[in-house]
Amino acid sequence: MSPLSTLTPLTVKKSSPARNRLRGGARYAPTLATVGLFIAMFAVGAGMYPSFLSGQVFLNLFIDNTFLIVLAVGMTFVILTGGIDLSVGAVVALSMMVSATLLQQGWNPGAVIVLVLLIGGGLGLLMGLVIQYFDIQPFIVTLAGMFLARGLCYVISLDSIPVTEGFFTGMAQAQIPLPGDLFVSPGVLLALGIVTVAFFVLHHTRFGRTVYAIGGNEHSAMLMGLPVKATKILVYALSGLCSAIAGILFSFYSLSGYSLAAQGMELDAIAAVVIGGTLLTGGTGYVLGSVVGVLVLGIVQTFIAYDGTLSSWWTKIVIGGLLLVFILLQRLFARKAG
Amino acid sequence: MRMNEIVPVVEMTDIAIGFPGVKALDGVDFRLFQGEVHALMGENGAGKSTLIKALTGVYAIDSGTITVLGEPKRFSTPGESQAAGISTVYQEVNLCPNLTVEENVLLGREPRRRGSIDWKGVRTRTREVLAELQLDHIDPGSLLSTHSIAVQQLIAIARSVEINAKVLILDEPTSSLDADEVRQLFRVIRDLRNRRVAILFVSHFLEQVYEISDRMTVLRNGKLVGEYLTRDLSRMSLISKMIGKDMEALAELDQAPARTRASNGAGVTPFIEAKGLGRKGSVSNVDLSIYPGEVVGLAGLLGAGRTEIARLFFGADKADEGSIKIKGAGQRIRSPRTAIDKHIGFCSEDRKEEGLIGELTVRDNLVLVMQASKGWARRIPRRVQDELVAEYIEALDIRPANPDALIKNLSGGNQQKVLLARWLVTHPELLILDEPTRGIDIGAKTQIQKLVNKLAADGMSILFISSELEEVLRVSDRVAVIKDRALVAEINNDDVSVEDVMTVIAGGAQ
Amino acid sequence: MKSLLKHRLAWPVIALAALLLLNQVFKPDFMSLRMQDGHLYGSLIDIMRNGAPTILIALGMTLVIATRGIDLSVGAVVAIAGAASCAYIAASPEPGSPVTAATAVLIAVVAALALGVWNGFLVSTIGVQPIIATLVLMTAGRGVAQLITGGQIVSVSNDSYKSIGAGYLFTLPVSILITAAVFALAAVLTRRTALGTLIEAVGINPVASRLAGLRARNIIWIVYVFSAVCAAIAGLMISSNVTAADANNAGLYIEMDAILAVVIGGTSLAGGRYTLVGTVVGAFIIQTLTTTVYTLGIPPEVTLVFKALVVITVCLLQAPKARNLLSRLKAAPKPAAQEAAKEKVAI
Repeated sequence: MSPLSTLTPLTVKKSSPARNRLRGGARYAPTLATVGLFIAMFAVGAGMYPSFLSGQVFLNLFIDNTFLIVLAVGMTFVILTGGIDLSVGAVVALSMMVSATLLQQGWNPGAVIVLVLLIGGGLGLLMGLVIQYFDIQPFIVTLAGMFLARGLCYVISLDSIPVTEGFFTGMAQAQIPLPGDLFVSPGVLLALGIVTVAFFVLHHTRFGRTVYAIGGNEHSAMLMGLPVKATKILVYALSGLCSAIAGILFSFYSLSGYSLAAQGMELDAIAAVVIGGTLLTGGTGYVLGSVVGVLVLGIVQTFIAYDGTLSSWWTKIVIGGLLLVFILLQRLFARKAG
Repeated sequence: MRMNEIVPVVEMTDIAIGFPGVKALDGVDFRLFQGEVHALMGENGAGKSTLIKALTGVYAIDSGTITVLGEPKRFSTPGESQAAGISTVYQEVNLCPNLTVEENVLLGREPRRRGSIDWKGVRTRTREVLAELQLDHIDPGSLLSTHSIAVQQLIAIARSVEINAKVLILDEPTSSLDADEVRQLFRVIRDLRNRRVAILFVSHFLEQVYEISDRMTVLRNGKLVGEYLTRDLSRMSLISKMIGKDMEALAELDQAPARTRASNGAGVTPFIEAKGLGRKGSVSNVDLSIYPGEVVGLAGLLGAGRTEIARLFFGADKADEGSIKIKGAGQRIRSPRTAIDKHIGFCSEDRKEEGLIGELTVRDNLVLVMQASKGWARRIPRRVQDELVAEYIEALDIRPANPDALIKNLSGGNQQKVLLARWLVTHPELLILDEPTRGIDIGAKTQIQKLVNKLAADGMSILFISSELEEVLRVSDRVAVIKDRALVAEINNDDVSVEDVMTVIAGGAQ
Repeated sequence: MKSLLKHRLAWPVIALAALLLLNQVFKPDFMSLRMQDGHLYGSLIDIMRNGAPTILIALGMTLVIATRGIDLSVGAVVAIAGAASCAYIAASPEPGSPVTAATAVLIAVVAALALGVWNGFLVSTIGVQPIIATLVLMTAGRGVAQLITGGQIVSVSNDSYKSIGAGYLFTLPVSILITAAVFALAAVLTRRTALGTLIEAVGINPVASRLAGLRARNIIWIVYVFSAVCAAIAGLMISSNVTAADANNAGLYIEMDAILAVVIGGTSLAGGRYTLVGTVVGAFIIQTLTTTVYTLGIPPEVTLVFKALVVITVCLLQAPKARNLLSRLKAAPKPAAQEAAKEKVAI
């Protein structure tokens, strides 16, 4: 029926491997720019203040921002799918309030932690379900989640509740010595552990690759037969879980629960992710970039602390400025790619 | 014949799918055998994509049966269809541009070791698949977005080879490829056919269909016209089956030219003159002039490139080659706004998506273009609005004659009249009408055709696009024939029959 | 009656009326107004006065949302406006004079114009998604406000300035009159010109609007500028009411209240048709909700949880998918009944 096909000789393709590699390198460009920015800032700091150039100053960036690192990890998953989660700051506060209250009532710290993780993950799962099944913008759903979580904080207590329980205070004071008279807190190890797991999940599991695929082209991902719905719901559950973990880490750090805590922390998390090179439209970015984004935010604060004449509000202005620069960079990359 | 002896890979029987208000498919039978390239033919809206989507699990069927290798199947997700061995490559390449070639080939099926994706295995497997298709020159680690659409399509095919697809559906794969790229694609298709893959091929390019396909199924208006061997079906009879007129009827439809009116002889400057106009992935090298008071019809199958030409003239898409002169002076039409400032109007074929502002009233819709030209600050006074709206409601017989009705609640024909009126109030010098009579009742249709004649008699230039050749011939002074995304002929409508035009579209293959 | 119920404002108005009635039941003097020293007092006046900043911001937000956008930066603009005007008054040689107050107001409004132009530039010219574009100002803006106030709460004593938020004119609070004036201005601006229609056209069908020759860019610019100016006036009101600028807390979360008011009022977040009256009703509902919490003796802490539940309910009711589900649930008994009937026949 069909004539034997004659194999026509291969046409030479226009795209040479070398050029591909070059253009493929562009996907690391935003993240590399962030790394460069961080190194430059560190170098400037070292030039201005001799004590800046110390291992402990670097490690303190981690110690002071464990919770933000974990938040940024969860946010990276959400943003990679093209979504957004505004509830994270409020969920952090809720987690702190719940643990502080329950610890005050003499609960076992292990049970408290498990319960807090369940609440955070559950809230996230709920938001994911609403987003997916009712087709409402993530922005609005997570905004409602933010109201809900913050409102629950107020319901629990309007006052700050101190944490005096042994395990939490122990975690707050514990230092893990490193060679060279340096140390980190246990929270840092936990946060870095979570980053490692997230990296593995994003780059070495089908779930992680589906997250990227959804961000690249949700319709295609669906047509390729990938589990789009489940993945999108799970991403919000993960973000809720990360918020709960961040809440516990923040409790270790601040040893209290306060309903107004972590205000605007969702903005810091989003800023860290964007500055770390993740596209807000989804599909491109790295969880390690988000960590560098957190470090950049941290170093801005360190700078201001070292300077002494600069006031704390410069942090917000600088973060806003960095956000702007990176958003404009992203537009530029997007235009080039398109 | 082999096809009578063996079981088809896919057999669809008596398939029906309905959407609110439309029967997209109505009792359609379709079968596909191993080792054949089967072309699915029909105009836009004939039901081709609906049939494909039924087969790929995107749409659920209302009635009928689908069997794959003799086994009855019901697909409710694309995943289920893929699991049954059916793989699809869409025109807009449904892969993920942000991921690498190898990931796109294996996404969701990556080889794993203890839960972790085995990236070395992914690389090896991708190389194997690409080598099978003689596509070794593609770097598996490169980002998909760094490749041309043609290569992306080949990668999509590689994905279906990887999942060992028994059926490969190619939906308009060649629409944005150049000749070289098409040749490479066809080599791969033939290669797969020889490996007993059943291939369903959909294309608007007649010549390509004749080059690559063994058999074809023709659909029209959601119904099956028939199944034919490609070598037994002439281009001429294929076209008549697609548009639903048989040859005898066509011969009788011969008609006297509508009128001889416009003079486009020497000394007259055309209102608009396009030279070598084109856009990558759209149409190329269009030379077309339209004189004042002249109706030029664009004839050609749906999807041949008619709308694309209209959009270039109106600046809805930016041309990337060629030039346009308006009244003899070179112009760049960068956006609809510039086109409107140069007195060009455009009624899109897609009333709902590109015409109506559904939630606004007839009045607001009718004065929209005029208001947009004036700017937001200078509102057209209510009194003027009332006069204009009353005038056009009467002139075009728009019903209900209520300026404050929401336009989404009007019938299709009346919506179309409001959209026409939207342009007429601005007194354009060139009006582009893309399928102005599609989906509207016969009364409104005649009214619109008459209106076109009257407007031209008053000196307006009109570019008239319609799928109905009779209609094109009835209203046009000149007919430009489009085929395979290029303008192939211009015929003065002196003594032209539908058959003549169809012969040109068929490419004189008879 | 039925057609009245179908009116888009029907449900918000009913909700507001129900809330007011509830208050009336629990607090019999709720609706009563009394005159004291030539000023009107009463719970209703309080609701209007306290709700004024939210109404103002929600008016601007309505137009932004109608173009399929959103403005997250209004809270930051509130803070900047208050900070700029108070800082100016505090630093001026004549901190008590009306001229100083007028100049302060002018400074705040001009600052807001610039900020609105900035947002509009990012959205319309650069093409950044509205939520992201305004996020920049939301983050940096509060820092700028703190920069202006030096991180302190800047107190001023200027009677003219104080009258914006706390003064009375013709027996009514000035803030209510200002809000009414801005509402009137918005209504005239959108309905006396073609702006309203063009905003709706862009929001309903951007593709068709472009093909009709509409320059969406200018329209988008206007709505962001208007939103910022509304926020600035609200900021003046808030700071004037307490005669101080608090860069940290002024207008905190007010963007959320404003968005909520717009949505409750019946304007869809998907853009398109909008209703300014609905937005005002929506803002009243939110304000009355807070009052109700007090009246009913519910601890005020619960307000936010309450609001969250209201947002979720309203959004679910607006979501097409949820609507389909509801109508299917309503229709569901039918086939079931038919099935039952068939079974009976079979028996």
